[in-house]
Amino acid sequence: MRELTKLTIAEAGRRMAKGEFTAVELTRAHIAAMGAKKGLNAYITETPELALEQAKAADLRRQAGAVGALSGIPLGIKDLFCTKGVQTTAASRILEGFTPHYESTVSGKLLAAGAVTLGKLNLDEFAMGSSNMTSAYGAVENPWRSQADPGTALVPGGSSGGSAAAVAARIAMGATGTDTGGSIRQPAAFCGIVGIKPTYGRCSRWGIVAFASSLDQAGPMARTVEDCALMLNAMAGHDPKDSTSAPVAVPDFAAALTGDIRGLKVGIPAEYRPDGLSAEVAKVWQQGIAWLKDAGATPVEISLPHTKDALPTYYIVAPAEASSNLARYDGVRFGLRVPGTSLDDMYRKTRAAGFGKEVRRRILIGTYVLSAGYYDAYYAKAQKVRRLIADDFATAFETVDVILTPTAPTPAFAIGANTDDPVTMWLNDVFTIPTSLAGLPGLSLPAGLSADGLPLGLQLIGRPFDEETVFRVAGVMERAAGFAALPEGV
Amino acid sequence: MSLDKATVRSIAELARIEVAEDELDHLAGELSNILTFVEQLAQVDTEGVAPMTSVVAMSLPMREDAVTDGHQAEAVLANAPEAQDGFFTVPKVVE
Repeated sequence: MRELTKLTIAEAGRRMAKGEFTAVELTRAHIAAMGAKKGLNAYITETPELALEQAKAADLRRQAGAVGALSGIPLGIKDLFCTKGVQTTAASRILEGFTPHYESTVSGKLLAAGAVTLGKLNLDEFAMGSSNMTSAYGAVENPWRSQADPGTALVPGGSSGGSAAAVAARIAMGATGTDTGGSIRQPAAFCGIVGIKPTYGRCSRWGIVAFASSLDQAGPMARTVEDCALMLNAMAGHDPKDSTSAPVAVPDFAAALTGDIRGLKVGIPAEYRPDGLSAEVAKVWQQGIAWLKDAGATPVEISLPHTKDALPTYYIVAPAEASSNLARYDGVRFGLRVPGTSLDDMYRKTRAAGFGKEVRRRILIGTYVLSAGYYDAYYAKAQKVRRLIADDFATAFETVDVILTPTAPTPAFAIGANTDDPVTMWLNDVFTIPTSLAGLPGLSLPAGLSADGLPLGLQLIGRPFDEETVFRVAGVMERAAGFAALPEGV
Repeated sequence: MSLDKATVRSIAELARIEVAEDELDHLAGELSNILTFVEQLAQVDTEGVAPMTSVVAMSLPMREDAVTDGHQAEAVLANAPEAQDGFFTVPKVVE
Protein backbone atom coordinates (compact mmCIF):
# COMPACT_ATOMS: atom_id res chain seq x y z
CA MET A 1 0.00 0.00 0.00
CA ARG A 2 2.91 2.31 0.70
CA GLU A 3 3.81 2.18 -2.98
CA LEU A 4 0.50 3.86 -3.82
CA THR A 5 1.49 6.97 -1.86
CA LYS A 6 4.62 7.30 -4.01
CA LEU A 7 2.74 7.72 -7.28
CA THR A 8 2.34 11.05 -9.00
CA ILE A 9 -1.14 12.46 -9.48
CA ALA A 10 -0.93 11.89 -13.24
CA GLU A 11 0.13 8.26 -12.83
CA ALA A 12 -2.45 7.50 -10.14
CA GLY A 13 -5.15 8.95 -12.41
CA ARG A 14 -4.05 6.78 -15.33
CA ARG A 15 -3.88 3.63 -13.23
CA MET A 16 -7.26 4.21 -11.60
CA ALA A 17 -8.70 4.68 -15.10
CA LYS A 18 -7.35 1.25 -16.02
CA GLY A 19 -8.95 -0.21 -12.91
CA GLU A 20 -5.66 -1.19 -11.24
CA PHE A 21 -6.82 0.19 -7.89
CA THR A 22 -9.65 2.28 -6.51
CA ALA A 23 -9.84 5.75 -5.00
CA VAL A 24 -10.75 4.10 -1.69
CA GLU A 25 -7.56 2.02 -1.77
CA LEU A 26 -5.47 5.04 -2.67
CA THR A 27 -7.09 7.09 0.10
CA ARG A 28 -6.66 4.30 2.68
CA ALA A 29 -2.95 4.12 1.81
CA HIS A 30 -2.64 7.84 2.48
CA ILE A 31 -4.58 7.71 5.74
CA ALA A 32 -2.27 4.94 6.95
CA ALA A 33 0.79 6.96 5.95
CA MET A 34 -0.60 10.01 7.76
CA GLY A 35 -0.84 7.94 10.92
CA ALA A 36 2.80 6.92 10.62
CA LYS A 37 3.95 10.51 10.03
CA LYS A 38 2.05 12.29 12.80
CA GLY A 39 5.39 13.45 14.25
CA LEU A 40 5.78 15.94 11.40
CA ASN A 41 2.72 17.87 12.67
CA ALA A 42 1.81 18.62 9.05
CA TYR A 43 -1.96 18.47 9.55
CA ILE A 44 -3.91 20.61 12.01
CA THR A 45 -7.15 18.72 11.32
CA GLU A 46 -7.30 15.28 9.69
CA THR A 47 -10.57 14.29 8.01
CA PRO A 48 -10.19 10.56 7.23
CA GLU A 49 -13.93 9.77 7.33
CA LEU A 50 -14.74 12.62 4.97
CA ALA A 51 -11.89 11.50 2.68
CA LEU A 52 -13.18 7.93 2.50
CA GLU A 53 -16.69 9.17 1.77
CA GLN A 54 -15.36 11.33 -1.07
CA ALA A 55 -13.26 8.41 -2.35
CA LYS A 56 -16.28 6.09 -2.39
CA ALA A 57 -18.24 8.71 -4.30
CA ALA A 58 -15.34 9.06 -6.77
CA ASP A 59 -15.29 5.30 -7.34
CA LEU A 60 -19.05 5.25 -7.94
CA ARG A 61 -18.81 8.13 -10.39
CA ARG A 62 -16.02 6.31 -12.23
CA GLN A 63 -18.23 3.23 -12.56
CA ALA A 64 -20.91 5.48 -14.00
CA GLY A 65 -18.41 6.90 -16.47
CA ALA A 66 -18.29 10.43 -15.07
CA VAL A 67 -14.74 11.23 -14.13
CA GLY A 68 -13.31 14.60 -13.06
CA ALA A 69 -9.72 15.54 -13.83
CA LEU A 70 -8.62 14.82 -10.25
CA SER A 71 -11.07 12.05 -9.54
CA GLY A 72 -10.11 10.11 -6.42
CA ILE A 73 -6.82 11.99 -5.89
CA PRO A 74 -6.11 12.55 -2.16
CA LEU A 75 -5.02 16.13 -1.49
CA GLY A 76 -4.32 18.27 1.57
CA ILE A 77 -5.81 21.73 1.97
CA LYS A 78 -3.86 24.53 3.63
CA ASP A 79 -5.81 25.58 6.71
CA LEU A 80 -6.25 29.06 5.28
CA PHE A 81 -8.97 27.88 2.86
CA CYS A 82 -12.47 27.87 4.33
CA THR A 83 -13.91 24.38 4.11
CA LYS A 84 -17.61 23.78 4.66
CA GLY A 85 -18.20 21.90 7.89
CA VAL A 86 -14.49 21.48 8.67
CA GLN A 87 -12.76 23.70 11.24
CA THR A 88 -10.61 26.42 9.64
CA THR A 89 -8.00 27.97 11.93
CA ALA A 90 -5.42 29.94 9.88
CA ALA A 91 -3.15 28.40 12.57
CA SER A 92 -4.35 31.12 14.95
CA ARG A 93 -5.94 30.87 18.39
CA ILE A 94 -8.25 33.68 17.41
CA LEU A 95 -10.11 31.42 14.94
CA GLU A 96 -10.33 28.46 17.29
CA GLY A 97 -13.52 26.49 16.68
CA PHE A 98 -14.44 28.42 13.53
CA THR A 99 -16.34 26.09 11.21
CA PRO A 100 -17.26 27.77 7.92
CA HIS A 101 -20.70 27.34 6.42
CA TYR A 102 -19.25 27.73 2.95
CA GLU A 103 -16.45 26.37 0.80
CA SER A 104 -13.68 28.54 -0.67
CA THR A 105 -13.90 28.79 -4.45
CA VAL A 106 -10.54 27.09 -5.01
CA SER A 107 -11.12 24.13 -2.67
CA GLY A 108 -14.65 23.85 -4.08
CA LYS A 109 -13.23 23.62 -7.61
CA LEU A 110 -10.87 20.83 -6.52
CA LEU A 111 -13.80 18.94 -5.00
CA ALA A 112 -15.80 19.48 -8.20
CA ALA A 113 -12.88 17.94 -10.12
CA GLY A 114 -13.29 14.83 -7.98
CA ALA A 115 -10.46 15.36 -5.46
CA VAL A 116 -10.43 13.69 -2.06
CA THR A 117 -9.49 15.94 0.87
CA LEU A 118 -7.39 14.36 3.63
CA GLY A 119 -7.43 17.31 6.01
CA LYS A 120 -6.29 20.83 6.79
CA LEU A 121 -2.59 21.55 6.68
CA ASN A 122 -0.52 23.50 9.18
CA LEU A 123 0.93 26.92 8.31
CA ASP A 124 2.43 30.02 9.87
CA GLU A 125 -0.24 31.95 11.75
CA PHE A 126 -2.32 33.84 9.15
CA ALA A 127 0.39 32.82 6.65
CA MET A 128 2.83 35.26 8.28
CA GLY A 129 6.17 33.54 8.40
CA SER A 130 8.85 31.67 6.48
CA SER A 131 9.40 28.71 8.80
CA ASN A 132 5.98 27.48 10.00
CA MET A 133 7.26 28.31 13.50
CA THR A 134 4.61 30.97 14.14
CA SER A 135 1.71 28.46 14.05
CA ALA A 136 -0.42 28.33 17.20
CA TYR A 137 -0.58 24.58 16.54
CA GLY A 138 3.17 24.06 16.77
CA ALA A 139 6.05 23.90 14.33
CA VAL A 140 6.04 21.50 11.38
CA GLU A 141 9.05 19.27 10.80
CA ASN A 142 10.65 19.05 7.41
CA PRO A 143 10.82 15.34 6.43
CA TRP A 144 14.37 16.01 5.17
CA ARG A 145 17.33 15.92 7.57
CA SER A 146 20.82 17.23 7.04
CA GLN A 147 23.34 14.39 6.61
CA ALA A 148 25.81 16.43 8.66
CA ASP A 149 23.40 16.74 11.59
CA PRO A 150 20.65 14.11 11.30
CA GLY A 151 19.54 14.62 14.92
CA THR A 152 18.28 18.17 14.32
CA ALA A 153 14.77 18.77 13.01
CA LEU A 154 14.57 21.36 10.23
CA VAL A 155 11.82 23.78 9.25
CA PRO A 156 9.76 23.02 6.12
CA GLY A 157 9.74 26.74 5.27
CA GLY A 158 6.59 28.77 5.32
CA SER A 159 4.01 29.80 5.34
CA SER A 160 2.69 26.75 3.44
CA GLY A 161 4.96 24.52 5.57
CA GLY A 162 2.42 21.82 6.35
CA SER A 163 1.52 21.61 2.66
CA ALA A 164 5.16 21.20 1.57
CA ALA A 165 6.03 18.72 4.33
CA ALA A 166 2.94 16.59 3.61
CA VAL A 167 3.61 16.39 -0.13
CA ALA A 168 7.31 15.60 0.44
CA ALA A 169 6.51 12.97 3.10
CA ARG A 170 3.97 11.30 0.77
CA ILE A 171 1.02 11.93 3.07
CA ALA A 172 -0.76 13.93 0.35
CA MET A 173 -0.35 13.64 -3.43
CA GLY A 174 -0.64 17.37 -3.73
CA ALA A 175 -1.74 20.29 -1.62
CA THR A 176 -3.08 23.79 -1.92
CA GLY A 177 -0.84 26.62 -0.83
CA THR A 178 -1.11 30.37 -0.75
CA ASP A 179 1.68 32.78 -1.54
CA THR A 180 1.88 36.41 -0.43
CA GLY A 181 5.66 36.90 -0.51
CA GLY A 182 7.00 33.41 -1.20
CA SER A 183 4.79 31.15 0.91
CA ILE A 184 4.40 28.50 -1.80
CA ARG A 185 7.82 28.74 -3.44
CA GLN A 186 10.17 28.86 -0.42
CA PRO A 187 8.62 25.83 1.36
CA ALA A 188 8.53 23.94 -1.96
CA ALA A 189 12.28 24.61 -2.28
CA PHE A 190 12.98 23.58 1.34
CA CYS A 191 11.06 20.30 0.96
CA GLY A 192 12.21 19.28 -2.54
CA ILE A 193 8.85 19.61 -4.28
CA VAL A 194 7.30 21.79 -7.02
CA GLY A 195 5.05 24.75 -6.26
CA ILE A 196 3.69 27.59 -8.37
CA LYS A 197 2.26 30.93 -7.37
CA PRO A 198 0.19 31.82 -10.43
CA THR A 199 -0.37 35.34 -11.71
CA TYR A 200 -2.31 37.52 -9.27
CA GLY A 201 -5.95 37.14 -10.27
CA ARG A 202 -5.57 33.66 -11.80
CA CYS A 203 -7.21 31.92 -8.82
CA SER A 204 -10.11 33.29 -6.83
CA ARG A 205 -9.31 34.53 -3.32
CA TRP A 206 -12.92 34.04 -2.21
CA GLY A 207 -13.07 32.01 0.98
CA ILE A 208 -9.34 32.21 1.66
CA VAL A 209 -8.52 33.88 4.99
CA ALA A 210 -7.04 37.21 3.89
CA PHE A 211 -3.53 38.36 4.81
CA ALA A 212 -2.49 41.04 2.26
CA SER A 213 -5.18 41.23 -0.39
CA SER A 214 -3.12 42.89 -3.15
CA LEU A 215 -0.57 40.06 -2.92
CA ASP A 216 -2.37 36.88 -1.76
CA GLN A 217 -2.68 34.19 -4.42
CA ALA A 218 -3.50 30.48 -4.19
CA GLY A 219 -1.51 27.84 -6.02
CA PRO A 220 -0.75 24.12 -6.18
CA MET A 221 2.12 22.21 -4.55
CA ALA A 222 2.95 18.71 -5.79
CA ARG A 223 5.86 16.42 -6.61
CA THR A 224 6.08 17.05 -10.35
CA VAL A 225 5.58 19.95 -12.72
CA GLU A 226 2.84 18.03 -14.53
CA ASP A 227 0.96 17.42 -11.26
CA CYS A 228 1.06 21.14 -10.48
CA ALA A 229 -0.27 21.86 -13.97
CA LEU A 230 -3.12 19.37 -13.49
CA MET A 231 -4.03 20.89 -10.13
CA LEU A 232 -3.86 24.47 -11.43
CA ASN A 233 -6.17 23.50 -14.32
CA ALA A 234 -8.78 22.71 -11.69
CA MET A 235 -8.04 25.62 -9.31
CA ALA A 236 -7.84 28.54 -11.77
CA GLY A 237 -10.62 30.56 -13.33
CA HIS A 238 -12.67 33.70 -13.05
CA ASP A 239 -14.95 34.03 -10.04
CA PRO A 240 -17.51 36.84 -9.85
CA LYS A 241 -17.27 36.63 -6.05
CA ASP A 242 -13.68 37.99 -6.15
CA SER A 243 -13.53 41.36 -7.91
CA THR A 244 -9.77 40.96 -8.46
CA SER A 245 -10.18 37.56 -10.09
CA ALA A 246 -9.21 37.95 -13.74
CA PRO A 247 -11.87 37.31 -16.41
CA VAL A 248 -9.43 35.48 -18.67
CA ALA A 249 -9.61 32.02 -20.18
CA VAL A 250 -7.74 29.19 -18.46
CA PRO A 251 -5.53 27.29 -20.91
CA ASP A 252 -4.67 23.60 -20.44
CA PHE A 253 -1.46 24.03 -18.43
CA ALA A 254 -0.51 20.36 -18.77
CA ALA A 255 -0.63 20.70 -22.56
CA ALA A 256 2.06 23.38 -22.28
CA LEU A 257 4.62 20.72 -21.27
CA THR A 258 5.88 20.19 -24.80
CA GLY A 259 9.52 19.70 -23.82
CA ASP A 260 10.59 22.17 -26.50
CA ILE A 261 12.19 25.41 -25.35
CA ARG A 262 14.44 26.01 -28.35
CA GLY A 263 14.88 29.69 -29.06
CA LEU A 264 13.49 30.88 -25.72
CA LYS A 265 15.35 33.70 -24.00
CA VAL A 266 15.93 33.19 -20.29
CA GLY A 267 16.78 36.23 -18.17
CA ILE A 268 19.46 35.89 -15.51
CA PRO A 269 19.22 38.89 -13.18
CA ALA A 270 22.55 40.20 -11.85
CA GLU A 271 20.87 41.50 -8.66
CA TYR A 272 19.99 37.95 -7.51
CA ARG A 273 23.67 37.29 -6.82
CA PRO A 274 24.14 39.17 -3.52
CA ASP A 275 27.33 38.83 -1.46
CA GLY A 276 25.74 36.52 1.08
CA LEU A 277 24.48 33.98 -1.49
CA SER A 278 25.51 30.46 -0.49
CA ALA A 279 28.06 28.89 -2.85
CA GLU A 280 25.85 25.81 -3.18
CA VAL A 281 22.86 27.87 -4.27
CA ALA A 282 25.02 29.78 -6.76
CA LYS A 283 26.28 26.47 -8.15
CA VAL A 284 22.83 24.96 -8.66
CA TRP A 285 21.77 28.18 -10.37
CA GLN A 286 24.71 27.87 -12.81
CA GLN A 287 23.71 24.25 -13.38
CA GLY A 288 20.18 25.37 -14.19
CA ILE A 289 21.47 27.85 -16.76
CA ALA A 290 23.53 25.08 -18.36
CA TRP A 291 20.49 22.77 -18.61
CA LEU A 292 18.52 25.46 -20.40
CA LYS A 293 21.38 26.12 -22.82
CA ASP A 294 21.64 22.41 -23.57
CA ALA A 295 17.93 22.40 -24.39
CA GLY A 296 18.36 25.18 -26.92
CA ALA A 297 17.38 28.23 -24.86
CA THR A 298 19.53 31.35 -24.66
CA PRO A 299 20.51 32.83 -21.29
CA VAL A 300 20.47 36.64 -21.29
CA GLU A 301 22.02 38.78 -18.55
CA ILE A 302 19.37 41.21 -17.32
CA SER A 303 19.12 43.84 -14.61
CA LEU A 304 16.26 44.31 -12.15
CA PRO A 305 17.70 47.39 -10.44
CA HIS A 306 15.06 47.77 -7.70
CA THR A 307 15.44 44.22 -6.37
CA LYS A 308 17.03 45.43 -3.12
CA ASP A 309 14.03 47.70 -2.46
CA ALA A 310 11.51 44.85 -2.63
CA LEU A 311 11.89 43.59 0.94
CA PRO A 312 11.35 46.97 2.66
CA THR A 313 8.47 47.70 0.26
CA TYR A 314 6.84 44.39 1.12
CA TYR A 315 7.22 45.00 4.85
CA ILE A 316 5.22 48.19 4.52
CA VAL A 317 2.56 47.02 2.05
CA ALA A 318 1.89 43.58 3.57
CA PRO A 319 1.57 44.67 7.25
CA ALA A 320 -0.56 47.66 6.22
CA GLU A 321 -3.01 45.42 4.40
CA ALA A 322 -2.83 42.83 7.19
CA SER A 323 -3.68 45.37 9.87
CA SER A 324 -6.81 46.28 7.91
CA ASN A 325 -7.79 42.70 7.07
CA LEU A 326 -7.26 41.43 10.60
CA ALA A 327 -9.44 44.17 12.10
CA ARG A 328 -12.33 41.72 11.55
CA TYR A 329 -11.16 39.54 14.46
CA ASP A 330 -13.08 41.35 17.12
CA GLY A 331 -14.59 38.61 19.25
CA VAL A 332 -18.07 39.32 17.90
CA ARG A 333 -18.74 37.31 14.76
CA PHE A 334 -16.49 34.24 14.97
CA GLY A 335 -13.68 32.66 16.90
CA LEU A 336 -12.31 33.61 20.27
CA ARG A 337 -13.89 36.09 22.69
CA VAL A 338 -12.28 37.15 25.95
CA PRO A 339 -14.75 39.04 28.18
CA GLY A 340 -13.96 42.66 29.05
CA THR A 341 -15.43 45.51 31.02
CA SER A 342 -16.48 47.37 27.85
CA LEU A 343 -16.70 46.74 24.12
CA ASP A 344 -13.21 48.20 23.57
CA ASP A 345 -11.82 46.25 26.49
CA MET A 346 -13.30 43.05 25.04
CA TYR A 347 -11.66 43.83 21.67
CA ARG A 348 -8.28 44.51 23.29
CA LYS A 349 -8.28 41.41 25.46
CA THR A 350 -9.58 39.13 22.71
CA ARG A 351 -6.97 40.30 20.21
CA ALA A 352 -4.16 40.15 22.81
CA ALA A 353 -5.04 36.54 23.66
CA GLY A 354 -5.81 35.47 20.09
CA PHE A 355 -2.85 36.76 18.05
CA GLY A 356 0.68 35.38 18.27
CA LYS A 357 3.79 37.56 18.46
CA GLU A 358 4.59 37.76 14.72
CA VAL A 359 1.00 38.62 13.83
CA ARG A 360 0.86 41.25 16.57
CA ARG A 361 4.14 42.74 15.36
CA ARG A 362 2.84 43.05 11.80
CA ILE A 363 -0.51 44.51 12.86
CA LEU A 364 1.29 47.15 14.93
CA ILE A 365 3.68 48.04 12.08
CA GLY A 366 0.75 48.19 9.67
CA THR A 367 -1.28 50.35 12.02
CA TYR A 368 1.66 52.73 12.42
CA VAL A 369 2.46 53.13 8.71
CA LEU A 370 -1.20 53.82 7.93
CA SER A 371 -1.70 56.25 10.81
CA ALA A 372 -2.29 59.95 10.31
CA GLY A 373 0.90 61.82 9.50
CA TYR A 374 2.88 58.75 8.41
CA TYR A 375 0.78 57.45 5.51
CA ASP A 376 2.63 59.35 2.78
CA ALA A 377 6.10 58.70 4.18
CA TYR A 378 5.58 54.95 4.40
CA TYR A 379 2.57 53.51 2.59
CA ALA A 380 2.33 55.89 -0.36
CA LYS A 381 6.12 55.73 -0.78
CA ALA A 382 6.05 51.92 -0.78
CA GLN A 383 3.30 51.91 -3.41
CA LYS A 384 5.48 54.07 -5.65
CA VAL A 385 8.52 51.86 -5.22
CA ARG A 386 6.28 48.86 -5.89
CA ARG A 387 5.54 50.31 -9.33
CA LEU A 388 9.29 50.71 -10.02
CA ILE A 389 9.81 47.05 -9.09
CA ALA A 390 6.98 45.97 -11.41
CA ASP A 391 8.36 48.21 -14.18
CA ASP A 392 11.78 46.49 -13.86
CA PHE A 393 10.13 43.17 -14.71
CA ALA A 394 8.07 44.68 -17.54
CA THR A 395 11.24 46.08 -19.10
CA ALA A 396 13.05 42.75 -18.72
CA PHE A 397 10.16 40.90 -20.36
CA GLU A 398 10.55 43.07 -23.45
CA THR A 399 13.69 41.03 -24.19
CA VAL A 400 13.30 37.73 -22.34
CA ASP A 401 10.53 35.10 -22.14
CA VAL A 402 11.17 33.84 -18.64
CA ILE A 403 13.53 34.59 -15.74
CA LEU A 404 15.58 32.04 -13.78
CA THR A 405 16.73 32.70 -10.19
CA PRO A 406 17.34 30.72 -7.02
CA THR A 407 14.18 30.32 -4.90
CA ALA A 408 15.76 30.93 -1.49
CA PRO A 409 19.24 32.05 -0.39
CA THR A 410 19.86 28.92 1.74
CA PRO A 411 18.54 25.37 2.21
CA ALA A 412 16.22 24.57 5.15
CA PHE A 413 17.46 25.68 8.58
CA ALA A 414 16.93 24.24 12.07
CA ILE A 415 13.67 24.68 13.97
CA GLY A 416 14.32 27.53 16.41
CA ALA A 417 16.97 29.26 14.28
CA ASN A 418 16.62 32.80 12.87
CA THR A 419 14.16 33.85 15.56
CA ASP A 420 16.19 36.56 17.32
CA ASP A 421 15.61 39.23 14.72
CA PRO A 422 12.49 39.35 12.54
CA VAL A 423 14.34 41.09 9.71
CA THR A 424 16.86 38.20 9.43
CA MET A 425 13.98 35.75 9.09
CA TRP A 426 12.40 37.92 6.41
CA LEU A 427 15.57 37.64 4.26
CA ASN A 428 14.42 34.11 3.35
CA ASP A 429 11.99 35.67 0.93
CA VAL A 430 14.40 38.07 -0.76
CA PHE A 431 14.15 36.22 -4.12
CA THR A 432 10.41 35.57 -4.05
CA ILE A 433 9.02 38.89 -2.82
CA PRO A 434 9.77 40.96 -5.98
CA THR A 435 7.65 38.54 -8.06
CA SER A 436 4.79 38.86 -5.57
CA LEU A 437 4.91 42.65 -5.61
CA ALA A 438 4.75 42.58 -9.42
CA GLY A 439 1.92 39.99 -9.40
CA LEU A 440 3.83 37.64 -11.73
CA PRO A 441 3.72 33.83 -11.86
CA GLY A 442 6.64 32.15 -10.08
CA LEU A 443 7.40 28.44 -9.88
CA SER A 444 9.94 26.66 -7.70
CA LEU A 445 11.27 23.24 -8.62
CA PRO A 446 13.88 21.03 -6.94
CA ALA A 447 17.16 21.30 -8.83
CA GLY A 448 19.65 19.47 -6.67
CA LEU A 449 20.94 18.73 -3.19
CA SER A 450 23.28 20.67 -0.92
CA ALA A 451 26.48 19.01 0.31
CA ASP A 452 24.49 18.01 3.42
CA GLY A 453 21.81 16.34 1.29
CA LEU A 454 19.14 19.04 1.52
CA PRO A 455 16.98 20.08 -1.46
CA LEU A 456 17.74 23.32 -3.31
CA GLY A 457 15.14 25.03 -5.47
CA LEU A 458 15.25 27.19 -8.57
CA GLN A 459 12.59 29.74 -9.43
CA LEU A 460 11.14 30.49 -12.86
CA ILE A 461 9.30 33.79 -13.26
CA GLY A 462 6.97 34.47 -16.19
CA ARG A 463 4.99 37.25 -17.83
CA PRO A 464 1.54 37.99 -16.41
CA PHE A 465 -0.87 35.15 -17.28
CA ASP A 466 1.88 33.24 -19.07
CA GLU A 467 2.10 30.29 -16.68
CA GLU A 468 2.31 28.12 -19.82
CA THR A 469 5.86 29.25 -20.64
CA VAL A 470 6.83 28.83 -16.98
CA PHE A 471 5.47 25.26 -16.98
CA ARG A 472 7.11 24.48 -20.32
CA VAL A 473 10.55 25.58 -19.12
CA ALA A 474 10.03 23.92 -15.72
CA GLY A 475 9.21 20.63 -17.44
CA VAL A 476 12.49 20.74 -19.36
CA MET A 477 14.48 21.60 -16.22
CA GLU A 478 12.75 18.87 -14.22
CA ARG A 479 13.82 16.28 -16.76
CA ALA A 480 17.39 17.60 -16.83
CA ALA A 481 17.61 17.70 -13.03
CA GLY A 482 16.28 14.16 -12.64
CA PHE A 483 15.65 14.92 -8.97
CA ALA A 484 14.96 11.49 -7.46
CA ALA A 485 16.25 11.87 -3.90
CA LEU A 486 13.77 11.04 -1.14
CA PRO A 487 13.51 12.36 2.41
CA GLU A 488 14.04 10.09 5.39
CA GLY A 489 11.56 7.25 5.86
CA VAL A 490 9.76 7.65 2.54
CA MET B 1 12.68 56.10 13.33
CA SER B 2 12.90 55.28 16.99
CA LEU B 3 9.60 54.69 18.73
CA ASP B 4 9.17 55.40 22.43
CA LYS B 5 6.94 53.55 24.86
CA ALA B 6 4.16 56.10 24.64
CA THR B 7 3.98 55.77 20.85
CA VAL B 8 3.84 51.98 21.05
CA ARG B 9 1.09 52.28 23.64
CA SER B 10 -0.94 54.50 21.33
CA ILE B 11 -0.39 52.25 18.26
CA ALA B 12 -1.55 49.27 20.31
CA GLU B 13 -4.61 51.24 21.33
CA LEU B 14 -5.37 52.09 17.68
CA ALA B 15 -5.00 48.39 16.81
CA ARG B 16 -7.14 47.38 19.81
CA ILE B 17 -4.55 44.97 21.16
CA GLU B 18 -3.82 45.01 24.89
CA VAL B 19 -0.07 45.12 25.51
CA ALA B 20 1.33 44.61 29.01
CA GLU B 21 3.33 47.56 30.39
CA ASP B 22 6.44 45.40 30.81
CA GLU B 23 6.37 44.43 27.10
CA LEU B 24 6.41 48.00 25.80
CA ASP B 25 10.19 48.51 25.95
CA HIS B 26 10.95 45.32 24.08
CA LEU B 27 8.28 46.02 21.47
CA ALA B 28 9.50 49.60 21.00
CA GLY B 29 12.97 48.24 20.21
CA GLU B 30 11.66 45.62 17.80
CA LEU B 31 9.32 47.97 15.94
CA SER B 32 12.02 50.65 15.74
CA ASN B 33 14.39 48.17 14.10
CA ILE B 34 11.75 47.26 11.54
CA LEU B 35 11.01 50.90 10.77
CA THR B 36 14.71 51.67 10.39
CA PHE B 37 14.90 48.76 7.94
CA VAL B 38 11.97 49.92 5.80
CA GLU B 39 13.10 53.56 5.88
CA GLN B 40 15.86 52.75 3.38
CA LEU B 41 13.13 53.34 0.80
CA ALA B 42 13.52 57.08 1.41
CA GLN B 43 16.65 56.88 -0.77
CA VAL B 44 14.71 55.62 -3.79
CA ASP B 45 13.85 58.36 -6.27
CA THR B 46 10.08 58.17 -6.83
CA GLU B 47 9.62 61.63 -8.29
CA GLY B 48 6.69 61.50 -10.72
CA VAL B 49 5.93 57.82 -10.05
CA ALA B 50 2.25 57.01 -9.62
CA PRO B 51 1.47 54.75 -6.63
CA MET B 52 0.63 51.17 -7.61
CA THR B 53 -2.63 50.10 -6.03
CA SER B 54 -3.28 47.01 -8.12
CA VAL B 55 -0.99 44.71 -10.07
CA VAL B 56 -3.68 43.85 -12.59
CA ALA B 57 -4.49 46.53 -15.12
CA MET B 58 -8.25 46.28 -14.89
CA SER B 59 -11.13 48.35 -13.63
CA LEU B 60 -13.43 47.04 -10.96
CA PRO B 61 -16.25 45.04 -12.48
CA MET B 62 -19.81 46.33 -12.19
CA ARG B 63 -22.84 44.17 -11.65
CA GLU B 64 -26.54 44.73 -11.46
CA ASP B 65 -27.63 46.13 -8.11
CA ALA B 66 -29.80 43.15 -7.22
CA VAL B 67 -30.23 40.92 -4.19
CA THR B 68 -28.54 37.61 -4.98
CA ASP B 69 -28.30 36.10 -1.53
CA GLY B 70 -29.99 36.24 1.85
CA HIS B 71 -32.09 34.50 4.46
CA GLN B 72 -29.00 32.99 6.04
CA ALA B 73 -29.14 34.53 9.49
CA GLU B 74 -28.57 31.20 11.18
CA ALA B 75 -25.49 30.39 9.12
CA VAL B 76 -24.14 33.90 9.67
CA LEU B 77 -24.58 33.63 13.44
CA ALA B 78 -23.47 30.01 13.72
CA ASN B 79 -19.87 30.88 14.61
CA ALA B 80 -20.61 33.81 16.92
CA PRO B 81 -19.16 33.44 20.41
CA GLU B 82 -22.42 34.94 21.70
CA ALA B 83 -25.67 35.40 19.80
CA GLN B 84 -29.23 35.98 20.89
CA ASP B 85 -32.58 36.25 19.09
CA GLY B 86 -30.94 36.47 15.67
CA PHE B 87 -28.37 39.09 16.71
CA PHE B 88 -24.70 39.22 17.61
CA THR B 89 -24.32 40.36 21.19
CA VAL B 90 -21.61 42.64 22.56
CA PRO B 91 -20.91 44.18 25.98
CA LYS B 92 -23.25 47.07 26.79
CA VAL B 93 -22.22 50.23 24.88
CA VAL B 94 -24.99 52.65 25.89
CA GLU B 95 -25.52 53.54 29.54
